[in-house]
Amino acid sequence: MRKENVPQDESSTYAKMKKTIYAKDSDGKMQGISSSGWEVEETVTRQALDDIQEHIKEAFLEVKEGRKSTLYYYMYAKKMDLLLLSQATGFFKWTIKKDFKPNHFLNIKQDRLEVYCDVLGLEIDEIRSLPNE
Amino acid sequence: MSEFKHTHHAHCESGVISSMLTYHGFKISEPMVFGLSNALNFAYIPFVKIGGMPLVAYRSLPKSIVKNIKKNLKIQMKMETFSSQKKGEDRLDELLSEGKIVGAQGSMYWLEYVPDELSFHFNAHNFLIYGKEKENYLVSDPVFAEAVKCSKKSLTKSRFSKGAMAPKGLLYYPESIPKEIDLKPIIIKNVRKLSKNMLSPFVPIAGINGIKRLARAILKLKLRDKKYAKLFLGNIVRMQEEIGTGGAGFRFMYASFLQEASELFEDDKVLSEASKLMLEVGDEYREFALVIAKSIKSKKDIDFKVISDMLLAIAKNETKIYKKLLEFKA
Repeated sequence: MRKENVPQDESSTYAKMKKTIYAKDSDGKMQGISSSGWEVEETVTRQALDDIQEHIKEAFLEVKEGRKSTLYYYMYAKKMDLLLLSQATGFFKWTIKKDFKPNHFLNIKQDRLEVYCDVLGLEIDEIRSLPNE
Repeated sequence: MSEFKHTHHAHCESGVISSMLTYHGFKISEPMVFGLSNALNFAYIPFVKIGGMPLVAYRSLPKSIVKNIKKNLKIQMKMETFSSQKKGEDRLDELLSEGKIVGAQGSMYWLEYVPDELSFHFNAHNFLIYGKEKENYLVSDPVFAEAVKCSKKSLTKSRFSKGAMAPKGLLYYPESIPKEIDLKPIIIKNVRKLSKNMLSPFVPIAGINGIKRLARAILKLKLRDKKYAKLFLGNIVRMQEEIGTGGAGFRFMYASFLQEASELFEDDKVLSEASKLMLEVGDEYREFALVIAKSIKSKKDIDFKVISDMLLAIAKNETKIYKKLLEFKA
């Protein structure tokens, strides 16, 4: 890529930041060039962010309608999924799934609850209720 | 010791090493660090999932840059992990009070200076800590244009994040750097090693084989639902561009390394030719990304054959580069 072709698309997904791209100048010499974004990259980042938002929204509704526990919502709200939550807590996936049941989650042990709070960055009194949307 | 100066790099791990060694008087560019640590690669591992998508990587395993630079340049690098957060916090303060600048590993997600759009759970992010100002740490994060500040709480949370590749508070800093480092033999060795690895017929998921395997997987997407197919394709481009690769999945950075290496060998023709070819292959990767982005946005059916063929052409052209590099004799 040539220096003058390094995209400067001011992508919203860069959050006003810049990234370094290596490109060549007119003499063929390569160097790091600051880029304010690339539309292509913005498309795929936006796609991934939208996917996360969709999960959060669906989870919110499921919790609100009483089908899932608040843990299920916070897992997505904190950009995690079952695999990540399992790796971070060290709990087996199937045991986490049990905690997705509203009634079951109300009665889990305090130390288990603390582990969830720790990896999700929440306080004990936060994890039991949905945020005011 | 001179005052520390933040530099904006393309990638976190190679950037940290470049800034760190330059600060200690051994001036070395990011592409040179990347090349000497043999960090270029390609891997497609369908059975390892990240965010529900198969793992696609354009470089070697996290932490391998630090480890390989240490080994290849014979730098005594002290690496410390901690059994408790308190010990990790105290040790950091101690090192800073000795006037050291310290490399650290942490999760991108818990760093408060990372904007929401860019924050995700990745435990192998690298950055430098070069001082403390009241309760805030002075952080040189290579993928940020300017130096940043970070509170103790956020920094500790990041350094002790749990899960895959958990950093365990990792801190690293050089204890001694050889006075004279002859880069030439290290370049020769690693360029050969890289080329052989990339061409290796024995590993089906890495190197050129990995690229071809991903191309075949793209063809099979026509059997999946459209949303999954689009997320799958989007994930490839994110790994290629979004995570800070210097463009084209580190291919531009490696081209820059080959150019710098060629200059060290009195304008070696093989290396400079390989650099040009790598730059061209990089452009093909960018074109590949562009076609994917267009098909994600389009409401029409995706032509998986076109996308898959583009990647196969890339595999073919990249093969030529490594074969060329095997001709390199100093």
